[in-house]
Amino acid sequence: MRYLIPLVLFIGLVAFLAIGLGRDPHEVPSPLINKPAPNFQLAQLHDPSKQFSATEMRGKVWLLNVWASWCVSCREEHPVLVQLSRTGSVPIYGLNWKDQRQDAISWLSELGNPYVLSVSDSEGRVAIDYGVYGAPETYLIDKNGVIRFKQIGPIDQDILDKKILPLVKQLNQ
Amino acid sequence: MKKVLVILALLLAFPSAIPAQEPDDPKLDERVQVFSEQLRCLVCQNETLADSQAMLAVDLKQQIREQMKAGKTDKEILGYLTDRYGDFVLYRPPVKKKTYLLWFGPFILLAAGLYLLFRYIRSRRSQIHEEPLSAAEHARALELLQKQSGEETI
Repeated sequence: MRYLIPLVLFIGLVAFLAIGLGRDPHEVPSPLINKPAPNFQLAQLHDPSKQFSATEMRGKVWLLNVWASWCVSCREEHPVLVQLSRTGSVPIYGLNWKDQRQDAISWLSELGNPYVLSVSDSEGRVAIDYGVYGAPETYLIDKNGVIRFKQIGPIDQDILDKKILPLVKQLNQ
Repeated sequence: MKKVLVILALLLAFPSAIPAQEPDDPKLDERVQVFSEQLRCLVCQNETLADSQAMLAVDLKQQIREQMKAGKTDKEILGYLTDRYGDFVLYRPPVKKKTYLLWFGPFILLAAGLYLLFRYIRSRRSQIHEEPLSAAEHARALELLQKQSGEETI
């Protein structure tokens, strides 16, 4: 009994620390989950004379991927997105965040363009509306324009198969 | 060299040719600075927004500045930020159900510690056996004391 109490306390402490170690402190829970996706109207990357607005996507399940040519992790994520775009299971739209237009275009032509289209958020205002604090970040938006899932950091095959695609399937029903 | 002089002369002649940032407003700068000291920079999380030079921090400070200029109150701007980034941006988390443990946990620990300490001290008291002096010991103690005080008076 004398040793039991410190032992229990110690095990409790270890459990807390173990949970803490398993968490990524850079993942800040977004308050925007299950809230309407902020609307925006921005010029398209490849054709700045044309605008694109989030409201055009009503009735569709889609991904909004925040990327930039200066972002290293985006490069890591890119092949997964290219692969996903080939399957056609969910349309991917790009939010080109604080980037130079020319850099962004050559980045896409070099690595492949998985996006239906990208919009240029050169001032980063739309990114702030979406609570973006690092690229890449990806939002899954449902038919009613509500954010259902947010991925902070690169999407890998595991996250795609286990989280995003099942949710897309469910939302499309 | 001549070219440099010409450029320098032109710049001096037309000071507006130097790309000016914002028009100076030290009062507003000060307000942005003080306000953003209570905010966490999301990119480098151990830094305040005020200290951070991360791209996002600069953008956010610009937003704050614009909103202050537009006459928004501090509370409204805080609302704007927490709507987008959650309570995580605040160094001082609001008191609500979810944060009760955070705010009051230390006091609960303190109270529990005091209680345990109190109990321990009391249990120690019961461990001490008070044995009153026997008559002989009492007499001896008295003798010693008197002897000592007798020496002191000399």
